Amino acid sequence: MSQPATSPLLASLLDAPLPVSGIDWLDAARCENHNAFAAAGLPDTRVEAWKYTGLRALTQRSFASGDADAQSRVVDTSHFVLPGADGPRVVFVNGVFRADLSSIDALPPGLLLQPLSVALKENAEPLRFALSRHYREEGDAFARINAACADDGVMLRVATHAKIEVPIHLVFVGAAADADLAWHVRNVIEIGEGASLELVEHHLASGEQNHLATLVADIELREGARMRHTLLQNAAVGANLMRRSSFRLHARAHATLHALELGGALVRHDLRAQLLGDEARFDTRGVFMPHGRQHIDTQMAIRHEALNTVSTSVWRGVASDRARGVFRGAILVAPGADGSDASLSNKNLLLSTGAEIDTKPELEIHADEVKAAHGATVGQLDERSLFYLRSRGIPMVEARALLTAAFCRAVLDDLPNEALRDHLSTLLIEHLPA
Amino acid sequence: MNMLKIENLHARVEGREILKGLSLTVNAGEVHAIMGPNGAGKSTLGNVLSGRDGYEVTAGSVSYNGEDLLALEPEARAAAGVFLAFQYPVEIPGVNNTYFLRAALNAQRKVRGEKDLDSMQFLKLVREKLKVMQISDELLHRAVNEGFSGGEKKRNEIFQMAVLEPRLAILDETDSGLDIDALKQVAQGVNLLRSPERAFLMITHYQRLLDYVVPDFVHVLADGRIVESGDKSLALKLEEHGYAGIAERHPAGEAA
Repeated sequence: MSQPATSPLLASLLDAPLPVSGIDWLDAARCENHNAFAAAGLPDTRVEAWKYTGLRALTQRSFASGDADAQSRVVDTSHFVLPGADGPRVVFVNGVFRADLSSIDALPPGLLLQPLSVALKENAEPLRFALSRHYREEGDAFARINAACADDGVMLRVATHAKIEVPIHLVFVGAAADADLAWHVRNVIEIGEGASLELVEHHLASGEQNHLATLVADIELREGARMRHTLLQNAAVGANLMRRSSFRLHARAHATLHALELGGALVRHDLRAQLLGDEARFDTRGVFMPHGRQHIDTQMAIRHEALNTVSTSVWRGVASDRARGVFRGAILVAPGADGSDASLSNKNLLLSTGAEIDTKPELEIHADEVKAAHGATVGQLDERSLFYLRSRGIPMVEARALLTAAFCRAVLDDLPNEALRDHLSTLLIEHLPA
Repeated sequence: MNMLKIENLHARVEGREILKGLSLTVNAGEVHAIMGPNGAGKSTLGNVLSGRDGYEVTAGSVSYNGEDLLALEPEARAAAGVFLAFQYPVEIPGVNNTYFLRAALNAQRKVRGEKDLDSMQFLKLVREKLKVMQISDELLHRAVNEGFSGGEKKRNEIFQMAVLEPRLAILDETDSGLDIDALKQVAQGVNLLRSPERAFLMITHYQRLLDYVVPDFVHVLADGRIVESGDKSLALKLEEHGYAGIAERHPAGEAA
């Protein structure tokens, strides 16, 4: 299953010195995951979860470890200003926290927001559950190397019953450097019982670069917690981005995710949710829109593990040129999760003959009185609609853009943050292939 | 100059010849009705004139204000003033009716070297037209034709025509599937738009639309050609004797 340990990628990643925290359990976990990564290497396409995303080209490249100059890189702050995300902001450049670009001095009561490295020094114990994990699955290579090498990220905690009214903006900038870099970020987020939070996760580029970034996030929603999460992935066209977001939802917790996957060369998002408590709810809306030679892969896995849990998923893929989109939506209703309701829709649009989208809805039900609906389609723009628009005077290019934008509309329609929704809609239209 | 001059038009759909030497001349200000049995080529004519893909013109010519109409893309024909009211208007979920219509109007204005209408100006124009057409403005907030009844779709076509103000309007069986009230509304819309600068080509299977929109000329299209032309009394004759009589008077292969 593994690549030979001699592959340039593996060698360069293993070459990086492991961070040392002085916290026994953390250093042990880093070591363990590092060893697992060294032993198993990277998955090939025979591993089911990586069937449509080959890493062979990536394995032939090598990446320098971390960015020693990250603190001094000039980043135009106007790049990451987002309408509707004007609250506290945390900025990382090539995986390094930038206090000068962040604004976390005046936080609303009940919100703890700090770099993970600081949190580890102040009070590591609450982070133990998330950070002492051993990644054991076959496809876990990037989670392993992240667990071994990430020494910073975001620590965010919302106190019980605290309603945070302002959106929190997490910014991850990939900045141009002399070498191709590998950098790693680890985020730990916890929304307390009955608390609520709006979060905007934002990936973007500052200059051309071809880095390899891994980001792993654990997001825990306690009983009755509410979270609105918007993800804007607009990384450099050369960037390789390997992300994993794991949600755990306790009773009556409700998380909503709106995702726009636009940038990057090779992008992978493992999106996992466990509905652990009765009546927990997880709603996702997403668009992935690769063009050129981009490859964007979203692997979503939702587990209903308690009574009357609900998940709804609406995803749209649009691929043009020779781009490739991959979507897997796996929903499992575990024994005992009676009364669960799971729906999944993934519709895809191919705008050119060289483009490809692989979609795989999976539904596994082991409980009673479950409502489940899922569907996936791959198609082209409707010729009749195109002609209708053109017959009214709308030029071909504009007509195609109009129909493509309409195809994606269902995804952003119910985003409550209006300023952000308008901005993302505009971004999406600007991103449409000509 | 004639507004529209179709000469000896032959057209194929999926390899089958549908139009077989159709000739027709239309001048500004005139209303022409094209009648004929199913399969005669009525809709093919509308589709060829508006530039739909899949219709292959194998012979003949169509000149529009002296220009070769067949050489133009559909959007260029629209900008030049050709409008097709669809027999089956397409539902386009996710595209707002108002947004669509403004995009269309401004795209046409751009080609003609006119300034864009901003949303206020456009709304004013649309309100006027709605009032004249007696259409509820609720229609504006919906997606293009989505969930519209048959009658609403046809009225929306006429409303679009009113906003876009074409010079040559082709109505492809706009009367089909309408009850009498909807038919009257559609007819009223057409009558309001009649003007010395504008011509209409009304393609229809039945005579009843012509009770409300009185044509200057009536043509019978059969087996891909115009086989008979006359004034509105021809329509009444057809109503009385049906299309069967046409076939007897004009067996296939005979020139018009």
